[in-house]
Amino acid sequence: MVAFNLPVNSRVGLGQTFKAPAGAKNVREFKIYRWNPDDGQNPRTDTYQIDLDACGPMVLDALIKIKNEVDPTLTFRRSCREGICGSCAMNIDGGNTLACLKPIEECSGAVKISPLPHMPVVKDLVPDLSQVYAQYRSVEPWLQADSPAPPDGERLQSKEERAKIDGLWECILCFCCSTSCPSYWWNGDRYLGPAVLLQAYRWIADTRDEATGARLDALEDPFKLYRCHTIMNCTDSCPKGLNPAKAIAEIKKLIVERVA
Amino acid sequence: MADSRNAPHVDMRRSPLGRARGLGSAKAGAAHWWAQRLTAAALVPLTLWFICSVIRLIGADQHAVVVWLSAPLPLVLMLALIAATFHHLQLGLQVVIEDYVHDHAAKLASVLGLKAVCALSALACFISVLKLGL
Repeated sequence: MVAFNLPVNSRVGLGQTFKAPAGAKNVREFKIYRWNPDDGQNPRTDTYQIDLDACGPMVLDALIKIKNEVDPTLTFRRSCREGICGSCAMNIDGGNTLACLKPIEECSGAVKISPLPHMPVVKDLVPDLSQVYAQYRSVEPWLQADSPAPPDGERLQSKEERAKIDGLWECILCFCCSTSCPSYWWNGDRYLGPAVLLQAYRWIADTRDEATGARLDALEDPFKLYRCHTIMNCTDSCPKGLNPAKAIAEIKKLIVERVA
Repeated sequence: MADSRNAPHVDMRRSPLGRARGLGSAKAGAAHWWAQRLTAAALVPLTLWFICSVIRLIGADQHAVVVWLSAPLPLVLMLALIAATFHHLQLGLQVVIEDYVHDHAAKLASVLGLKAVCALSALACFISVLKLGL
């Protein structure tokens, strides 16, 4: 059954407070989830007071400032700092998003930051994504076609055909959506989750792909696909403005189209 | 040499891909999902008709209700309402059980029990309506 309380060794305690430097005028608090697998302690929330006059505008800027200037032990993933790599996905101010695209200004009060929900934590803000990556691998996210590619060039699409994968190819696999989905929280071992289903639909919708039937066969399952109850948290949280719920609905429609 | 007594116990060495593929696709679930939508759609007019009928029958004695129910259309719609209601109830609650009950034996027992309760309740309603209406 669903657990309503965290296990005893996962309960989050109060941590340290790092004060703002004297004379700072524009101070904002950042309350950040900390957990270190090596010290045997429970997770805790550390508070960092940051002078926003000496900090970039995005939440990622504040995290980098904390790591560089205040507390080098703070651990998080980041790479491109412009919303294209998906590394800095985390829960900020109650919602999953990319730290690099989230302006500090948009957060109300103290900025609360924790790892993507309901994933195993490696350390601090770094979640273990092996399961979602394996689920992504399981939908075979590559072009499958028996017809050989034209010898003189690429497989062609009309403009209309190409437009079918707009809103799908832009997904950067940050998994903000999957980790915001209650169905994925309760049944993530069997439900593929919105990110992986959007990716599955990206290949179903691709007119160059010839494995559509086999792809639909592989998805038609009470758990892999039909755990989606159109809760819409996925679409709500996507930092790229995509609509995984719609992609899942399209898959369901195609499966019905085969019989009705 | 590492002290094996203090090493954390690992109960799963299966690869993430092996776990993700699991038992493979059931190649089922569409019929359940589609039937849930169809019964929901059918229940909109049926329920509205039923509510209107009950309001019209407020204050009527048993004889008047029997006369009303004996006409072919109300009788057929009543039976359709019962079938759609209990089928929809069973489909919906099965999804709730599958969402929250993770132990396989408990899940199977709950779903079978749910199907039995829904089928028997529907039969009881059928018999009651037919006894009045036939």
